[in-house]
Amino acid sequence: MDTLVWIFISAMVVNNFTLFYFLGLCPFMGVSARVSTALRMGAADIFVLVVTAVFTWILNTFILGFAPHLRLISFIVVIASVVQVVEMAIRKLSPKLFREFGMFLPLITTNCAILYLAIFQTNRGYNFLEGLSFALGAGAGLTLTLVLMAALREQIEFSSVPEIAKGAALVFIIAGILSLAFMGFGGLLSQI
Amino acid sequence: MRGVWRENPVFRQALGLCPALAVTSTVANSLAMGIATFFVLISSSLLVSVFKRIIPHEVRIASYVLIIATFVTIVEMVMAAVVPDIHKALGAYIYLIVVNCMILSRQEAFASRQPVGRAVVDAAGTGFGFVIALLMMGGIRELLGSGALLGVNVFGPSFEPWVIMSLPPGGFFTIGFILLGFASYRHHRSSRVMKRSLALDPQKVT
Repeated sequence: MDTLVWIFISAMVVNNFTLFYFLGLCPFMGVSARVSTALRMGAADIFVLVVTAVFTWILNTFILGFAPHLRLISFIVVIASVVQVVEMAIRKLSPKLFREFGMFLPLITTNCAILYLAIFQTNRGYNFLEGLSFALGAGAGLTLTLVLMAALREQIEFSSVPEIAKGAALVFIIAGILSLAFMGFGGLLSQI
Repeated sequence: MRGVWRENPVFRQALGLCPALAVTSTVANSLAMGIATFFVLISSSLLVSVFKRIIPHEVRIASYVLIIATFVTIVEMVMAAVVPDIHKALGAYIYLIVVNCMILSRQEAFASRQPVGRAVVDAAGTGFGFVIALLMMGGIRELLGSGALLGVNVFGPSFEPWVIMSLPPGGFFTIGFILLGFASYRHHRSSRVMKRSLALDPQKVT
């Protein structure tokens, strides 16, 4: 149980996917302008991450032992098809939820965080529960940073920023400061 | 060839940001990552352009991803065999070349519509631009973060390294300030153009 909690916390804040591993930066820049969209994107992220973790575990346990060199290709195919299937299922089961997620689901295929999760999980040799906890933590971390950044950007809209700093440059510098702050969580890991 | 500088994939189009920030803590890593991406980009552009009539429109993205994944697997195996140290330092980021949106966007926007020769030239331009961007980031971060370039000490022993530049926040700060520099350059140039046109035609003020 202890390990599961630590995997969750470490993936969420200490080794945060966005601020520590620089994963999922495209959606981080793209959809972090409003808190409401950031929350939806985060929810979609968590969902796809968990489903991917399950499929990665199945692949690793039953199939890839026989063909390790096909790892990357099968992961990317699985992720792309999982996203596709999830999109169709949501559209069928809950059109309301589908409208809420909108264009975010297909975007997730090219989110490097998902592929990284699959590879990381394999390299660390996580079992089923550990993988799930890792995926939940990573998703929670992505959501946390997206919402933090969106809230900051909503505030910035009303403050006077130098003309040249508007846009990507400012977002990156804010991300740097956030990343500095998150490094403080590193102390959590040295406690054990 | 506009991809080299005027439409630089990293600084102007904000594509391929994850590797540009993640592996640029030293020049050597940046160079290795740049060359690997360059190779994958050129080979997949070549293949996509050759097969553009055979690939059905509906499954084109999936086919591009498969082609890219194949070349990434090749690069990964070659690097593991030839430069095991760098292979270890880059870690899982080599695999992440597959989801580098820069590569996919070149296939979709260019290689799938153009003849082979032009596709390769375009890929070379974009790939070269990517290498330059990575080297700029890597150069700044290694110079400030450890006072060295390619492991050779530059500033002498009295230099106190800015450790933060080699750590993750440094990556965000570096690209933030590079973009700031570009924006300020553009701003100055456009205001100069404005002044000149005002001098020629004072009526334009309104």
